[in-house]
Amino acid sequence: MISKISENLDKWNSRQFITTLNDDNISQNKKSDNLKKFPKEISSIVGDSKIQTSKTESSLLFENSVIFKISSKFDSKIVVEFVKPSRIKIRVDPANIIEIAKFLNHELGFDHAESVTGTDYPKDNQIEVIYHLGSYLRDDLAHLVLSLTTRTDRDEARLPSLLPVYGSVEYHEREIFEMLGVYFDGHPRNERFLLPEDWADIPPLRKEFHIKGR
Amino acid sequence: MENFDYKINDTQKLGLEIIKEASFDDRLMTLSVGPQHPGSGHFRFVIKIDGDYIVFCDPDPGYVHRGEEKMAEYRTYIQNIPHLERPVIHDSTNITYSYSLAVEELLGIAVPRRGQFIRAIASEFNRQIYTLYWLAIYGIFLGHSTMFMWPAGDRELFIDLMEALTGARVTHAFNIPGGVRNDIPNGFKERCLRQVSYFEKRLNEYEDIFYNNPLFRQRTEKVGILTKEDAIKLGVTGSVLRASGIPYDIRKVEPYDVYDEIDFKVQYLKTCDSFARSYVPFLDMKESCYIIKQLLDKMPESGDVRTKLQSNVKGQSGESYKRVESGRGALGYYVVSDGSPKPYRVKISVGSFRNILALPHLLVGSKLGDMPAIYWSLNYWPVEADR
Repeated sequence: MISKISENLDKWNSRQFITTLNDDNISQNKKSDNLKKFPKEISSIVGDSKIQTSKTESSLLFENSVIFKISSKFDSKIVVEFVKPSRIKIRVDPANIIEIAKFLNHELGFDHAESVTGTDYPKDNQIEVIYHLGSYLRDDLAHLVLSLTTRTDRDEARLPSLLPVYGSVEYHEREIFEMLGVYFDGHPRNERFLLPEDWADIPPLRKEFHIKGR
Repeated sequence: MENFDYKINDTQKLGLEIIKEASFDDRLMTLSVGPQHPGSGHFRFVIKIDGDYIVFCDPDPGYVHRGEEKMAEYRTYIQNIPHLERPVIHDSTNITYSYSLAVEELLGIAVPRRGQFIRAIASEFNRQIYTLYWLAIYGIFLGHSTMFMWPAGDRELFIDLMEALTGARVTHAFNIPGGVRNDIPNGFKERCLRQVSYFEKRLNEYEDIFYNNPLFRQRTEKVGILTKEDAIKLGVTGSVLRASGIPYDIRKVEPYDVYDEIDFKVQYLKTCDSFARSYVPFLDMKESCYIIKQLLDKMPESGDVRTKLQSNVKGQSGESYKRVESGRGALGYYVVSDGSPKPYRVKISVGSFRNILALPHLLVGSKLGDMPAIYWSLNYWPVEADR
């Protein structure tokens, strides 16, 4: 009624379509392989308790098929942390992250990084960096957010930059550098971004930094 | 797949060569734009110009950085709502929407159906309020005073509706994990339909006076071209992305709450210029009117609007990443819980922070006079980007 500029948008209409489309592509054997390989229970990283996924196994077939593609190439190099509807989290070693990110971008079609988050885990003496990857060009992947995670030592926080693979991480990595003190090798500007120029304290998102009076 | 390896594009390379060459003749002039709001918002960027052409641009945000993410770690899930909406007070329902969705997943709460509809209505109102405010500023910075006055006036229509709905004019704190804070008042539906129909007529007048204005068209058409490939490479979102020919809208690709029952079309254009980036939010407003009417129509007549929570509600340990389509594009929250009543980590992934990466890309190589047209077309809200 109102919109005039619309063409070819029917395929965007429902996710059901997307899921069925991909279910057809997966052979029966692969389905059972995936289900065996990847646990349906999510083990959380922060605590020891487990979270159950609310959806049934069959609705996670598409997510598992994506993981299958990754794990068939990088078998032991990735650890699947969880599979939820439209969300996948994989953990990789810093040494392999560029290689895996290149595969995700060029082969699987995760063409942009939505956000990059750093989280401090003093208990493990580690800092976790998460790249939330998504796809603009592939309709079937559009709803999926793949969290590519890596961890670094807190005392000497240093990670390879993903800037050569994902141009969109430029400012996000700069933000993590100043907020958590992670140095990104290969990033042209590990510099202040949001904090004041005269900031003379530890990186504020580390857990030992406390808001004054609290 | 096409190969989108990141590299400095040709224009920027040329810009750097000009800087080298021109610095011998003392030809360059360095300008500091902002942060005192001469058309930039509370945001500064340093540009170097060679004559009339911008050869270098370096954004310097952070003047309104509030440390929202750190503050969120010190407050409980419910206490976090009023301060998390501060980054975009015009769009405060949308910025708390994805937070509520993420916390609901961690706490394992379901939202009653009537609550889901009221949420969606409030967030569509906020989309209109934000977009009208943005349009007003876009108008005035291109010297079009009428386009400042009209949207600023018509914005009151929706602000009044939000006031009737929530009790507050700008910062509503309306979305909470589990639903919305209160039910709609009596006679709200009729009032909504009346005001939205009036607003739809006004939108046609906007088109006549602003978008079909030859001066506005001259200043924006074919200015600041962001190609589809560059848009993907830079990871821009929202209207900037849709103006570059990619029909990507979170409400469509990953429908949340009731959006999968609503009929609407993703508005996008293929011209990739500043005009397209200014016109897509306008089309979104039109579509949003259509959505509001449907939501009012389909909303259940009665029922709960929220799930009652215990005090100091605790979540399971785990993490959640949820996103909604805000006035500026995808707005995601990454919330980590360690099982205590306070979140362990809250990350706000905002559209403005993603879109600003396109600013140096677009400004280098363009004329100084095109700067306001390009800058405001990026739908950038400095406070949101700084958080």
